[in-house]
Amino acid sequence: MANPCAIIGIGQTKHDTKREDCSQIDLVREAAKRALEDAGLTWRDIDAVVIGKAPDTFEGVMMPELFLADALGAVGKPMLRVHTAGSVGGSTALVAASLIQAGVHDRVLTVAYEKQSESDAMWALAMKIPFSPPLVAGAGGYFAPHIRKYIAQSKAPDDIGIKVAVKDRLNGVKNPYAHLHLPNITYEEVRDSLMLWDPIRYLETCPSSDGACAMVLASESASNAPTRPAWVHGGAMRSEPTMFAGRDEVNPIAGQECARDVYKQAGISDPRKEFDAAEIYVPFSWFEAMWMENLHFAPIGDGWKMTDTGATAIDGDMPINPSGGVMCSNPIGASGMLRFAEAAMQVRGQAGEHQIDGARLALGHAYGGGSQYYAMWVVGSEKP
Amino acid sequence: MRDVAVVAYSAWNGVEHERNEVEILMPVVRDVFDKVGLTKNDIGFTCSGTSDYLAGQPFSFVSALDAVGAWPPIVESHVEMDGAWALYEAWVRLQHGDLDTALVYAVGKSTMGDLLDVLALQLDPYVLTPLWPDPVSLAALQARAYLEKTGKTEDDLAAVAESRGRRVDRASGYIASPLRRHDCPPITDGAAAVVLAVGDRARELCERPAWICGIDHRIEQHQLGARDLTRSESAKVAADKAGASGVDVAELHAPFTHQELILRDAIGLNGATINPSGGALKANPLMVAGLERIGEAASRVLDGSAAKVLGHATSGPCLQQNLVCVMESR
Repeated sequence: MANPCAIIGIGQTKHDTKREDCSQIDLVREAAKRALEDAGLTWRDIDAVVIGKAPDTFEGVMMPELFLADALGAVGKPMLRVHTAGSVGGSTALVAASLIQAGVHDRVLTVAYEKQSESDAMWALAMKIPFSPPLVAGAGGYFAPHIRKYIAQSKAPDDIGIKVAVKDRLNGVKNPYAHLHLPNITYEEVRDSLMLWDPIRYLETCPSSDGACAMVLASESASNAPTRPAWVHGGAMRSEPTMFAGRDEVNPIAGQECARDVYKQAGISDPRKEFDAAEIYVPFSWFEAMWMENLHFAPIGDGWKMTDTGATAIDGDMPINPSGGVMCSNPIGASGMLRFAEAAMQVRGQAGEHQIDGARLALGHAYGGGSQYYAMWVVGSEKP
Repeated sequence: MRDVAVVAYSAWNGVEHERNEVEILMPVVRDVFDKVGLTKNDIGFTCSGTSDYLAGQPFSFVSALDAVGAWPPIVESHVEMDGAWALYEAWVRLQHGDLDTALVYAVGKSTMGDLLDVLALQLDPYVLTPLWPDPVSLAALQARAYLEKTGKTEDDLAAVAESRGRRVDRASGYIASPLRRHDCPPITDGAAAVVLAVGDRARELCERPAWICGIDHRIEQHQLGARDLTRSESAKVAADKAGASGVDVAELHAPFTHQELILRDAIGLNGATINPSGGALKANPLMVAGLERIGEAASRVLDGSAAKVLGHATSGPCLQQNLVCVMESR
């Protein structure tokens, strides 16, 4: 069986609309240096580097890992570059963990980033003609119909998205790295904000951010660190095609199966009861309710009730995105790794003001493409 | 380490103006499965290598996945690198012990845009890309440095081209001195696929699996002034780690003639037959040609004509990143 994998170092940048104070080089180093410092290591201690980011069109650099090799201390070492759409931050961590689990390396630095201000993410995401019809510009236009279908199927009250948006923004105030700090946000303010892609309002969307996240992953023999490590209890990826007749885009099978796989590895039978916290990829507020069902936290049609009753609040029985999540910071390529890292920070007791007391088991989740790429890991405070 | 082998390989190279990436890839994936009598439902892990910048489209690998038909959902990952690194990721994943087979594929349509401009975007965006240096000019700087340091001549480069089946014309003008047309790779579209299997599963699937006995990859400085362009330290280290001694056949991913000479020096291939396929001087589909080198080398074991072989892949300007995969019959 696979070897144990520990998370011994975690770092992230301050996320912002435009990190004009730094280049892509500085951005990835800011996160990587914090992860190394947290692990009590130097660049020299690292065996390999695994980097991930979303489409290269976001910065206008083809395969930017090539020019970042020097900055990340990868010279003379193996370096891999992962790209699995929006799930990439999660997949990148899983590929890095895979190197430890396979017994190939003892200490792997993994980094994910996006510097979206160097390009225009909305147009970088718009498919080119003539191969695809120019029906949508950006992700909001693509996902709005899925949300409408969810609302129609579940008969959810139409303000669930507003409640998620307020909750995540108030959580984000507790996170010093979050891009958006909106301490005075109110239900009314979200409700009255501009409708962008019905039913998604301006304040129900994620921001576009510059930011990076990094982790140092280690084998059991290399797992000593100043702060006690988190341990990987399970990791899984799943993919399915973008479109075909009969595809359920609201509750995709790939997501359901990925969750079942990762729970099975971690020995989890009742995720809502057993997890102390979950960091899941919610770029548009309604996705919290949808993913609660896809991740088997709630029966089909009931996901929205967890938001409505306050169960997903930071003081609820199943805190979702105590860091503020993607709704507060969205450097796309890094967003998945931020979910994975925040889950690990919870079980290491490192989450500061947004720490869930005594968290021992947490889920990190990312998705990408047309809700078709999934990456998840379960992390715990105890060695599995 | 678990014993992992290449059990099947298929590829297509050419210039394609009709079919898109998915349409190029589909028959190749079909063919590689047919060779071992498998379907996608038999595959434990799938990993691919492609580039959005070749397709001119974000998430181009998402549509490439349609060539596999990822339904029911599959365990899958993707690198924005040559498919050789996808093969490395798959080899690592198979070490976990829970999966026994993997599909690795790569696809690239180098002819879709102006490749020289596209590859200028692969450089440091702050200090290099604004100068728009094209990859042939950068390779020429490397070739000039190599010739000056070693005392080799343009005739030595032409000899490499000739032995890879290129028509040599010493009277032709330079594309970028000292490189002439025959020193440079063609611009090629292509797709390749490999099936990997573990232990007894590999022995079930084919008569002579090409067992991976060593695989390693290394990267060097990006800034061309920061490294010695006349040698390839990363290829040397990767070859040493992968145990690249005593191979019968080596397939080197050397897009330019002088790069083959640099790689031969770095890897140390005494007496090995080099690039019987013609290598990247014959067909150089970006993102694919490295995986093809592994596949072509493995094919010499699969067909029983060699006992130990080496496949090499490169990426980045002037051999910045190199991977070596050594395979043997058992």
